[in-house]
Amino acid sequence: MDQSAPNEAADLSGLLAGYSLLPGIADELLDGAGNVRPVWLPLLQHLASLDDEERDIALNRADQYLRDGGVYFRHYGKNGSTEREWPLSHIPLLIEKAEWDTIAAALTERAELLEQVMADIYGENRLVSEGILPPELLAANPEWLRPVVGITPRGGKFLHHVAFDIGRGPDGSWWVLGDRTQAPSGAGFALETRMATNRSFSALFRQNRVMRLAGFYRRFRDMLQSMCESENSRVGILTPGPLNDTYFEHAYIARYLGFTLMQGADLTVQDGRLLARTVGGLKPVEVLWRRLDSAWADPLELEEDSQIGTPGLVEALRAGSCTLVNALGSGALEARAMMAFMPRIAEFLTGTPLAMPNIATWWCGAPAACEYVVANSARMTIDKAMSTGLPFDHGRDAVIAGVTTDGAPVNPDWIRDHAAGLAAQEILSLSTTPALAGGRLTPRPMSMRVFLARTRNGWTVMPGGFARIGHTSNSADISMQRGGSVCDVWVVSDRIEQPETLLHHKVTAARRSELGILPSSAADNLLWLGRYVERAEDQIRLLRAYHLRVAETGSADYPLASHIADQLTVIGADPAEPVPPGLARNLESALRCAGRVRDRFSTDGWNSLVDLDRTLREFASRVTAGDDAARAYSVLLRKISGFSGLVHENMYRFTGWRFLGIGRAIERSLAMLRLLADCTAPDAPSGALDLAIEVGDSIMTHRRRYTVDTDRYTAIDLLLLDELNPRSVHHQCRAMNEHAIFLPRPAGESTTPFQTRTISLVTALSSASAETVTGERLAELQAQVGELHGLLAESYLH
Amino acid sequence: MLYDIRLSIEYDYETPAEAGLHVLRMVPRALAPLQKVIESRLDFDPLPAGRSERFDFFGNPVTTIRYGEAVTRTAFLMTALVDRQPGRVPDDTSPPLEDLKAGIRAIASLGPQAPHHFLPPSPRVSPDPIVTAWAAGIAVGAASVFAIVSKLCAALHEEMVFDPTSTAVDTPFSEAFAARHGVCQDFSHVMIAALRSLGIPAGYVSGFLRTIPPEGQPRLEGADAMHAWVTAWCGPGMGWIEFDPTNNLIAGEDHVVVALGRDYFDVAPVKGNLRMSGGQTSLQSVDMIVRQPG
Repeated sequence: MDQSAPNEAADLSGLLAGYSLLPGIADELLDGAGNVRPVWLPLLQHLASLDDEERDIALNRADQYLRDGGVYFRHYGKNGSTEREWPLSHIPLLIEKAEWDTIAAALTERAELLEQVMADIYGENRLVSEGILPPELLAANPEWLRPVVGITPRGGKFLHHVAFDIGRGPDGSWWVLGDRTQAPSGAGFALETRMATNRSFSALFRQNRVMRLAGFYRRFRDMLQSMCESENSRVGILTPGPLNDTYFEHAYIARYLGFTLMQGADLTVQDGRLLARTVGGLKPVEVLWRRLDSAWADPLELEEDSQIGTPGLVEALRAGSCTLVNALGSGALEARAMMAFMPRIAEFLTGTPLAMPNIATWWCGAPAACEYVVANSARMTIDKAMSTGLPFDHGRDAVIAGVTTDGAPVNPDWIRDHAAGLAAQEILSLSTTPALAGGRLTPRPMSMRVFLARTRNGWTVMPGGFARIGHTSNSADISMQRGGSVCDVWVVSDRIEQPETLLHHKVTAARRSELGILPSSAADNLLWLGRYVERAEDQIRLLRAYHLRVAETGSADYPLASHIADQLTVIGADPAEPVPPGLARNLESALRCAGRVRDRFSTDGWNSLVDLDRTLREFASRVTAGDDAARAYSVLLRKISGFSGLVHENMYRFTGWRFLGIGRAIERSLAMLRLLADCTAPDAPSGALDLAIEVGDSIMTHRRRYTVDTDRYTAIDLLLLDELNPRSVHHQCRAMNEHAIFLPRPAGESTTPFQTRTISLVTALSSASAETVTGERLAELQAQVGELHGLLAESYLH
Repeated sequence: MLYDIRLSIEYDYETPAEAGLHVLRMVPRALAPLQKVIESRLDFDPLPAGRSERFDFFGNPVTTIRYGEAVTRTAFLMTALVDRQPGRVPDDTSPPLEDLKAGIRAIASLGPQAPHHFLPPSPRVSPDPIVTAWAAGIAVGAASVFAIVSKLCAALHEEMVFDPTSTAVDTPFSEAFAARHGVCQDFSHVMIAALRSLGIPAGYVSGFLRTIPPEGQPRLEGADAMHAWVTAWCGPGMGWIEFDPTNNLIAGEDHVVVALGRDYFDVAPVKGNLRMSGGQTSLQSVDMIVRQPG
């Protein structure tokens, strides 16, 4: 940004009215004398140059971006968990590059120090034997994992991706508030926050003095990729699954970096090798970026109740066949009480003091420290020693400024009795930074999260991206679970920054294997997604036909209407209610499956499914039977076709797309066979054959292909046998047969049972004539198609 | 004394189970100077597709096996020849309880025998207020750590009834204590919780008991299956002493140690991961017979 920009040197006084320093607290926007720091001027001038409406439009662009991207986080409340929109605070935090460089250097040092601590506590244990670290601190730490003691990671390094939460104290200096070494989240959200903020302030951004983020990810991705020693292995991202609070980020990062998202059950261990269960059989996984807490990673050796782990993972690490990012057990460093010892540890291991101090911490298990805490509890927060929460995330037993959560003064003997389990931290008044509240800039406490990644040339620091903003002026309200928000952090350089994106480096792009790997569980979800969506479409078509007839005749009480109603009831959509719950359930199931494979999905595809679901819910609350419902179903039909178009036409022909397509084809064939059987039955009411043609979306074709009215033979010919009609069973079976050709072959087999079955169906349908197709034959075909899913599962879905 | 030991563990599955990996701690460990394993072997039926051996954090021998195919039955058979010396009933040189903390603190180590591992909550033994209160009552008046441990061991044996049918392997110890019924695992977990609540490091020992008692002595409880007892740290001088609360005695010549850990979690003889739809039944049998010289 050009600080001497001539743009109408707007008057800042209106914008800053009411923004002032809080007593005893540093501010990011104003210096100690209350003057605006120069780095902020261009942004403030830009804001001041906008009228209210222009500003709202600009800020809305960011919100719209996040909504379109489906960015959410999971919020845990009294009534379970819900997806919440990403709480963006629109005004970025600005930091001069010179100051940032100091921060980055200090945190790089700290990352390297933590690496050494990991090597010690899982190796020689000199910190304990030399009296630097009390042994209890590890022995009582649930994240210090005995089964991995003595395992040297493949490649020699324990930590590859860490984050630090830092805050600025009243005197202007920075403090480390927390070490995030387990599986720090936020790096993906930081990218989205950046892109959103970009939408609001693109003009400022184009001046190119804000440090870019993309290079950080590119270097980290290249590092992970380079840790794979064999050609055909890939990097996996291990997620606890869709119910995790940051699952969105896991899927997002997987998609952004081109890594495979996996859950524990997608992996298995054989003779010390970590393997992914994929549709192409077992494939080696050498590098796993773990977004799962260590303790849950292996039910055989760690937390035995874990349903989300991989039995034998520790054995694979012992065998040195894979690298975990970060190594198992790295969460031990996050325990609050560890901070009490970091200054001494730094001196001991490196001979130099910490470049950036961490928040003053006392472990009460040391008798002298305990008495000090008792005497000074009024300026401290006391909480569990092993808690991995940040200073502003308090547990139930927390004592804040000498007062318990019940509001009573703390009893010194309670501290003494629980001393070994407690740690105290000095209460730090975090600096404030501007946030918009009611259209005005307001000072709000902030803490920054800084991400570091290990590359071949050492640690690289992500230049900005993520700060938490409190929703009141109280530092304790900074937690996102308690209403805090997140803003972008701009590191502003005094020279022009070259734009960087992930796409620049063609070498890496070319090296990535062509089709990647598809975990069997993802294939299963895609197959079911295809089925559920098609099932919903079938119900919608039949429901529309029903309500059209009710609208035409004004009654549901005649043979054809009750014939349709019976069919609807059989497929779980009893038309007694204008929008049957069975239809809503199918869409819910489709969303659930889609949610599990969000990394494989375009944002547009996802949004159109969400929109479909939302529209259906809205209709359910107000649509009435007859014409109203018929029109509502036409709307839904257009929307569902929109989804199918986005997915089937625009999705790259990865193996996953084929499973989605097979799911759709199975369901469409089954629905058509059922419809034909019902409508060609001897007791079917008059008009049933026309119904079949209508629901089969083939009225026009029928008129052009046949000179006669609909009869049994034309219906069967068009909807069952005509391979040129995309709604016919024959066409669907051919489609499945083509998919089958492109699926991987199981080792040592030339065809799969699924492929054999599709070939025999195609052969039978090619040679049949409409006259020979009896009701029994339709039932046989239904049974044969019905087995296709199971046959596919036999070869691919273990 | 020289023992021939045989441990057989069998599982039958109603429907074929994908047995995958199993981690086994079935073979007795060496424990100098009193216990020597002269020979040992593990046999499997059916034969696993993979097998590896290692020692765990606490120094227990561990065998990991992997089945490739689904199984309807698995049988593990351990046979060993073990020399176990009687040892000496120790003189009480343990400190008073109030001095134990300093003794623990003086040990700057996290080696497998370090007492630090055995005080904090462990996977199966978390502090229980009822056991804590009970232990505090029993400890009153005992002059030394060793005296406290002995008193707790006797009291537990007195109050709790050994009853092989009363609890399952995953019954929480607090439930067993509330009913004052249980098997050796419950006795041991209750005693560990009690000792830790007083600040005395305590661990869990799995092992075997002599099947046929020496002439003129009663048969010990727990000899028909794998047994469990407690090891307690009685200060820097005495170190670790093994107490058997099920039989109210200090473990000696009749006890052979398989594995040591913080609680059952660390020493479970079989840990497996199964993917199955039906139920399973298991059968365990143990023989520990004195080998006659000559």
